[in-house]
Amino acid sequence: MAEKVSNKSVLFNPLSKNNPVIVQVLGICSVLAVTAKLEPSIVMGLSVIAVLAFSNVIISLLRNTIPTNIRIIVQLVVVAGLVVIVSQLLEAYAYDVSKQLSVFIGLIITNCILMGRLEAFAMANRPWPSFLDGIGNGVGYAIILIIVGFFRELLGSGTLLGYQIVPQAFYEAGYVNNGLMILPPMALIVVACIIWVHRARNKELQED
Amino acid sequence: MNFLKKYLDRVRPNFEEGGKLHAFHSVFDGFDTFLFTPSTTSGARGAHIHDAIDSKRTMIIVVAALMPCFFFGMYNTGYQHQLALGHDTFPFWEMMLYGFLAIIPRVVVAYVVGLGIEFIVAQWRKEEIQEGFLVTGILIPMILPIETPLWMLAVATAFSVIFVKEVFGGTGYNVLNVALFTRAFLFFAYPAQMSGDKVFVATGTALGYGHAVPDGFTCATPLGQIATQTTDQLTLTGVDGKILTTWDAFIGLIPGSFGETSMLCILIGASILLLSRIADWRVMFSVFAGGLIMGWIANACATPTYPASYLTPIDQLLYGGFAFAAVFMATDPVTAARTTIGKYIYGFLIGVIAVIIRTYNNGYPEGAMLAVLLMNCFAPLIDWCVVQANISRRMRRTKVISKNA
Repeated sequence: MAEKVSNKSVLFNPLSKNNPVIVQVLGICSVLAVTAKLEPSIVMGLSVIAVLAFSNVIISLLRNTIPTNIRIIVQLVVVAGLVVIVSQLLEAYAYDVSKQLSVFIGLIITNCILMGRLEAFAMANRPWPSFLDGIGNGVGYAIILIIVGFFRELLGSGTLLGYQIVPQAFYEAGYVNNGLMILPPMALIVVACIIWVHRARNKELQED
Repeated sequence: MNFLKKYLDRVRPNFEEGGKLHAFHSVFDGFDTFLFTPSTTSGARGAHIHDAIDSKRTMIIVVAALMPCFFFGMYNTGYQHQLALGHDTFPFWEMMLYGFLAIIPRVVVAYVVGLGIEFIVAQWRKEEIQEGFLVTGILIPMILPIETPLWMLAVATAFSVIFVKEVFGGTGYNVLNVALFTRAFLFFAYPAQMSGDKVFVATGTALGYGHAVPDGFTCATPLGQIATQTTDQLTLTGVDGKILTTWDAFIGLIPGSFGETSMLCILIGASILLLSRIADWRVMFSVFAGGLIMGWIANACATPTYPASYLTPIDQLLYGGFAFAAVFMATDPVTAARTTIGKYIYGFLIGVIAVIIRTYNNGYPEGAMLAVLLMNCFAPLIDWCVVQANISRRMRRTKVISKNA
């Protein structure tokens, strides 16, 4: 490892300055797909945190024994195993949400954030920093998912976690839910707004 | 006008650097150049054509070209309202007044919201106010159903001015047509208020004027009726249940969005734009050509699955927003293709795609809006291909010459 990075920055950098979604722009596909409602966004975020943290630890433990030429296959097998566990747990304890998330839990395997962290960090670091890195990146991803899910459900359905938030009087006065919020393009626009605000607050991230 | 000029010159120092009203300099500048031809022309940045005419002047001519459609829209709104009430007398001035009162809140909301955002952004960036919204603000109410709620209009206008125009750098930098994007936003966000059989005829009172039509009144636009028919004999009925003829569609006494029903008024507007050379005839011509050819193909292989394919090619051009989009939307110099050959390709594809969407997707009765927006996205690519083709042709020519030499 070229430079020593403190555990603290490994954990906290991905939350804002090096956020996997709004700075590295990874994992956009699942942000579009699962954030129409808040509840699936939260569950998806938690699933990714769990899978990312534990796959990071496992790969980090195995890092000296994995032959370089088959390392991607090994990483995929580890992630796939964890994803199957998460998927089965969801089906057992949160069946409705797992129905809503449908194929996207399985598609965590293909999420660029996971392969990126395994390749870039876990293959070169000890288990404890790798675990923190997994948690940090997972939380960074989950925050964005939850913000996007919050706005899309509030404006698109008038509810949050399934509870009616926009009062009935509004609808009687002529308010109508914004159907575009339910459609995927609006997820991209909400992410773009988050990036806009984030860049405006962090001048060092602005490109010329 | 001289006293106005003198007045402006007298108060000007207040708005210049160091003056006590400097904060409003862009507002002053906006009105000053709106009223009098400025001594400077548009800057070298952006996509406008740079000549001796200020872009505000250009915009004013476009607004003038829109006026026949606008006044006809007022008349038609009143006319359809009278029909919906079941009246058989059509007093001209009452209908005009009703139409005026029905549309004016929408125009005001569109201008206040859109210009408000432009003024704020201009102040914030310390630029002069960009004049593009002069046209957009009048186009937005004209391409929407008359019954669109005002707050939806405000939300959609704000959204498209910010995300389609200001984010890309303001007037002259937008990739998509701002007015059409406003309509597309409403179309996808509030489909129940933007299509169907309840929104195209004004049924309420207009600012307290006129009579409300009893609840449960419905009348779809001709294209909306076609999309739900299953026989090969198309019957199109007006608000009063009478059969609509091609002549009705040409004059424009049919239900539809406010400004787009009358082919006649659109043609008057088109001739103003063409005579003043504000719009490019190549784009207009090729949109109509594309629509006619695709309409003919669709009509030649018409099937009951797609009822709109029974429309004759001429009817394809007359109904819906096709002609309006061809004349006022596709020719927008900022979002259209800029090369000469590119303009033909761009316009032709708009015509073809508009007819394809309205014919082969029964869910979308009208395709002109989506066709123009889609081709807006491809206009830079078309230009790039045309320029590259030119470059390689010239390269080949120079090679031949140098070989011969």
